[in-house]
Amino acid sequence: MSFVTAVVCAQSQHFAGEFHKLLLTALAAKEGKLPVTPDPNRPAPPSADKRWKLVEATMRRMGNSPRGLIESLHTVQEVFGYLDLDALRFVARALRVPLSRAYGVATFYHFFSLRPPGEHTCVVCIGTACYIKGAPQLLAAIKQELGVVPGQTTADGKVSVLGARCLGSCGLAPAVVYDRDVAGKVTPQALRDHLAKWKSHVS
Amino acid sequence: MSPEELEQIAEAERERQAKFKHRIKVCMAAGCVSCQSEGVKAALDKEVAARQAAAGGGECDCEVKCVGCMGLCAGGPLVAVGDSALYQHVTPEDAPALVESVGGAPVSRLVCPTDVPFFQKQKKVVLENCGNIDPERIEDYIAAGGYTSLMQALGDMTPLQVISEITRSGLRGRGGAGYPTGLKWSTVSKAPGEKKYVVCNADEGDPGAFMDRSVLESDPHRVLEGMLIAAFAVGANEGYIYVRAEYPLAIKRLRIAIKQAERLGLLGNNICGSRMSFHLDLRLGAGAFVCGEETALLASIEGRRGIPRPRPPYPAMEGLFGQPTLINNVETFASIAPIIRHGGEWYAQIGTEKSKGTKVFALAGSVNNTGLVEVAMGTTLREMVYEIGGGMAEGRQFKAVQTGGPSGGCLPAQFLDMPVDYENLARAGSIMGSGGMIVMDDTACMVDVARFFMDFCMGESCGKCVPCRVGTYHMHGLLKKITQRRGSTADITQLEELSDLLKNTSLCGLGQSAPNPVLSTLRYFAEEYKAHVEEHRCPAGVCNSENGDDAANEPPNPDAPVAIDLGSGKGGDQ
Repeated sequence: MSFVTAVVCAQSQHFAGEFHKLLLTALAAKEGKLPVTPDPNRPAPPSADKRWKLVEATMRRMGNSPRGLIESLHTVQEVFGYLDLDALRFVARALRVPLSRAYGVATFYHFFSLRPPGEHTCVVCIGTACYIKGAPQLLAAIKQELGVVPGQTTADGKVSVLGARCLGSCGLAPAVVYDRDVAGKVTPQALRDHLAKWKSHVS
Repeated sequence: MSPEELEQIAEAERERQAKFKHRIKVCMAAGCVSCQSEGVKAALDKEVAARQAAAGGGECDCEVKCVGCMGLCAGGPLVAVGDSALYQHVTPEDAPALVESVGGAPVSRLVCPTDVPFFQKQKKVVLENCGNIDPERIEDYIAAGGYTSLMQALGDMTPLQVISEITRSGLRGRGGAGYPTGLKWSTVSKAPGEKKYVVCNADEGDPGAFMDRSVLESDPHRVLEGMLIAAFAVGANEGYIYVRAEYPLAIKRLRIAIKQAERLGLLGNNICGSRMSFHLDLRLGAGAFVCGEETALLASIEGRRGIPRPRPPYPAMEGLFGQPTLINNVETFASIAPIIRHGGEWYAQIGTEKSKGTKVFALAGSVNNTGLVEVAMGTTLREMVYEIGGGMAEGRQFKAVQTGGPSGGCLPAQFLDMPVDYENLARAGSIMGSGGMIVMDDTACMVDVARFFMDFCMGESCGKCVPCRVGTYHMHGLLKKITQRRGSTADITQLEELSDLLKNTSLCGLGQSAPNPVLSTLRYFAEEYKAHVEEHRCPAGVCNSENGDDAANEPPNPDAPVAIDLGSGKGGDQ
């Protein structure tokens, strides 16, 4: 059997499988119940965590096709905070892409993270306007206070420091995002005060 | 949905608005939201409700309304009371005074004068609704004349007529390259293919540019309408908006807008009773600057790494999933509805001979009035900096204006009287780019600025082609050496040679334009380079021996946690 025939066979088998699955779902829906047995063709989530349902919903919305890879990884990161190897493996299998491709995408885009974030995140904008208005001084203050540079998390896991290419808040340069709140016209002292507040805060 | 039904919605909304004698508008674009405008809105709501209760209930005659960007981000949070009074730096504590002033004398301590060049010199076409309508209510957009251009195109025009109207307007791509929009549309419409796509490039990656974000946050339906008209013209039935994940508020408002348009039958099958169908979806970028390049953007929508491919074939012939694809920038799509409404001739009257219409600029850096401005093409840099921008901040000396981000250049004072259009900027060694305009004063070191941009390009190079991947690395190394005052004249020669190499041999626009900041600073600020390499000093006092060593300036660590969420679940109520 030539390679092409093999591919065609594999695809038609695959489509037949998909069609059967759709039919089952439609029948079940008609009777007012959905199949309780997990689909044997679909990989099981890495854990019983309910949040995987959200990831599966995104994959379903994207037709469980390889083109849904980035959207699915977005959902994983949104609900879990980062992408670990289990998540990558699961998404890759479910969307039928090689793990290498999922890993390639996850590491190509700066937005995806393979490590868990700290308890707090401090994003310093290092876009042009912020750079010329004092972002380097803010980074120096952070290094002095926490001993970390963008891309690192403090040893106690309390604060992650990140650099952003541009937050689009150039009118308020230099800008910093504390957790989810954007602060504008930040001075090194204001930044130190905020970090001190996080440090003293026991959670 | 028929034109009559649309008019009914507009009429009902106008009636609803007429019930309120007074209106307080609060800016809810990301700039003001980060200055706590949500708190201001809540305080105003509370104050209005309290007064209502004190007056014995009944119909409320004062509406507190969320609106989009009012432009002057430096004065945020901005609040407009009625049609005349604009207030800046408003705090929640000011709410009682503001509500008190409704229909009476303005609160003088907070007044932001509107008879200044910042407001007077602008010409608003793309931003006409920004700061006036509620971006989360489709009715408000319809009451302001929204979707009538779509009705006009579907009802009274053929796709060819739409394209010729756009061609007549002289509109050019606002993403930066300035390719004639009409020509692009016509190529896609003629391309053979059973399925065609329309893609909106909202991956505004240039540092220092926030025009697209403001348009999406302030008037999302305008972009949708532009895309629908484009889809009708080229015969597409599916579309995507590729938007940066760093813009959560824009994403939220786009999602709302798409849902509302679907509900009214403006998106979906048989739009407005015609044979046209158009389905629109969002795709989120994931923080890669190179995805602003069209072939990389398409790869990203397809779920792959954002790596450009050689052109031709151009996306107009072979784009998304191998089908003909029209890709335009947010601002380009936002210009379409007014062109259809008023005609191409009207638009062509604005601007210069070869660059028609208006352009939105994000004015930032060392000027007093930082914010979003829209001016006719051909406005001079002096007008931008000294009149609209309100002059240099802190009385500093003007040094340069940077346009076009990492692909553009730095223009010195000798170009202040140059009218800004595509041709003039290119001749001066910069580019229009998407519209970021950063003003620099005498405290900025131009060699360090060049290093900053090269650092950016080095970190954002996708790695596919060698000239860009290796060239940016070496150019950054040379610039770092110079800013650390260890450079020599030979390094400058090598920079020039590498610039030439990158320009001519890189695969995509990122690598081809990466040397622009270096070339323009070498051309206009040669004496600063000279001071660094010959006298080993930095005239601006910025560079020191540690310059560029900071890890912040290294390319971002791919394993670093980079999930940032700027206030999801916030920003207005729906």
